[in-house]
Amino acid sequence: MERYEIVISGFGGQGVVLGGIILAEAAAIYEDKNATHNQSYGPEARGGASKSEVIISDKTVHYPEIEKPDILVALTQEAVNKFASNLKESSIVLADSSIKEINVANQVKVYSLPIIETAAIEVGSELVTNMVTLGALAAITKVVSKEALEKSMLSRIPKGTEELNLKALAKGFEIGEQVI
Amino acid sequence: MGKKQVKLMQGNEACAEAAIVAGARFFAGYPITPATEIAETLAKLLPQNGGTFIQMEDEIASMAAVIGASIGGVKSMTATSGPGFTLKQENLGYAAMIEIPCVIVNVQRGGPSTGLPTLPAQMDVMQARWGTHGDHPIVVLSPSTVYEFYILTIKAFNFAEMLRTPVIILSDAIVGHLREKVVLPDPSEIEIVNRKKTDVSPEKFLPFKADEDGVPPFANYGEGYRYHMTSNNHDESGAPATNNHKVADALLRRLHNKVEKRRSEIIITDEIMMDDAEVAVFAYGCTARSAFSAVEITREQGIKLGLIKTQTLWPFPYEAIKKYANQVKAIIVPEMNMGQLVGEVERVACKDTKVTPLNKFDGRMITPEEIISTVKEVI
Repeated sequence: MERYEIVISGFGGQGVVLGGIILAEAAAIYEDKNATHNQSYGPEARGGASKSEVIISDKTVHYPEIEKPDILVALTQEAVNKFASNLKESSIVLADSSIKEINVANQVKVYSLPIIETAAIEVGSELVTNMVTLGALAAITKVVSKEALEKSMLSRIPKGTEELNLKALAKGFEIGEQVI
Repeated sequence: MGKKQVKLMQGNEACAEAAIVAGARFFAGYPITPATEIAETLAKLLPQNGGTFIQMEDEIASMAAVIGASIGGVKSMTATSGPGFTLKQENLGYAAMIEIPCVIVNVQRGGPSTGLPTLPAQMDVMQARWGTHGDHPIVVLSPSTVYEFYILTIKAFNFAEMLRTPVIILSDAIVGHLREKVVLPDPSEIEIVNRKKTDVSPEKFLPFKADEDGVPPFANYGEGYRYHMTSNNHDESGAPATNNHKVADALLRRLHNKVEKRRSEIIITDEIMMDDAEVAVFAYGCTARSAFSAVEITREQGIKLGLIKTQTLWPFPYEAIKKYANQVKAIIVPEMNMGQLVGEVERVACKDTKVTPLNKFDGRMITPEEIISTVKEVI
């Protein structure tokens, strides 16, 4: 794996920033790769667009910005609209199934997954949308292993939420495996 | 052998953690994007390590508190961005004049004025050098990675203590906010420098009588030594000497010479693929990251591009430029401003080679491709 560029984009409150950090840490610390993480968000604590940029590479990551992501994870319609024109032919899109319009080039592979619904209903909290996302991402792209994600997640989440988050990650992995 | 720590760390967090390792035990500041995480992290770490964190009423008072704490013997720092850095300039000059060690971090964002609050820039290079009035000495360091931010923070405290002078770290919103993998040395293996203390009795103490290295040994306030600190021109006893030309000449020369004498210790440069380079990029801060990528890409295309990267902006590394000015067809200087450090490169290299600025000031990083197209134009 030379250099893998991942954009996770959603809404404030979905854990997009923490999810990105956990993904980068899984690769950097638990799989001995190099990784960078960058974030942007609106002025609001909840609501408003929120984005994580993660680069995973076997080599040192010098230029840390993403121009055309290899993987776009979109949790909102706005996220798809914003990044659709910046994709490569080899890009993969993981979109929440609530997103109705996905206008990307024909070659781009799109997976539509019930990420938010799984977090809210099956796991029981929209707050773990990020963990469902990461589980699905790992199953489909294999950019990091589920084990590395688990270890990284457990080092970053608040005490007492382990069970909920592990369940979310496992469910995410399941819905990812179903579509590959 | 100590244990290395492998972490995924944010630049601003690295700065805060390094400050603790360096021995900093006082922070006074006022929150400002994109530097806030330094204050946030130190608000947690300082009390845990026997230190003091104060959120002051404004940027000016923060700088004053930092100087006061350092006079009392505590390694002190503040962190800010452009608008706050401007407000700190007056007290910064005072610290330079009365020779008080302290560290000022400026995580740069786009200006002028409040400008682009969340976006990166490198527009304060000349302000860091000349922002406060008078011909003062200064040391300015600039990291391009999270690891460098950590190490340079420790060095900043070491240089400040060694030279008895304020040291500025010019970071930027990219390096400040980026999280990346770092392999940090064991804190017990890191060299820490503390200020030189006087060994004379209080009756014989002359607070501004320097040793041969130009640096006067210190006595902290409260240790029984008589100490007058005036921002006016002063003699060795600290008494104002505002009409004494000889004293004025000697003081300003000494303030500059104490820094110049240690150029080789202070100037940190890296030369990447420069041995056979036909074109060089000279870069610092986040732009050095783009330049490094540009070197990797062009080398695969058979273009002999090298990188002269500096972590020390002031004193300016004229030696590193001079070394290659005759060898290369051109030196490209990418900066996220309208051309600041490029002037220094021209001063030393303009007779020997072409110096080409590459400037961008819209809040976006200079891309490797933009550097590569400039390389192709000058080849």
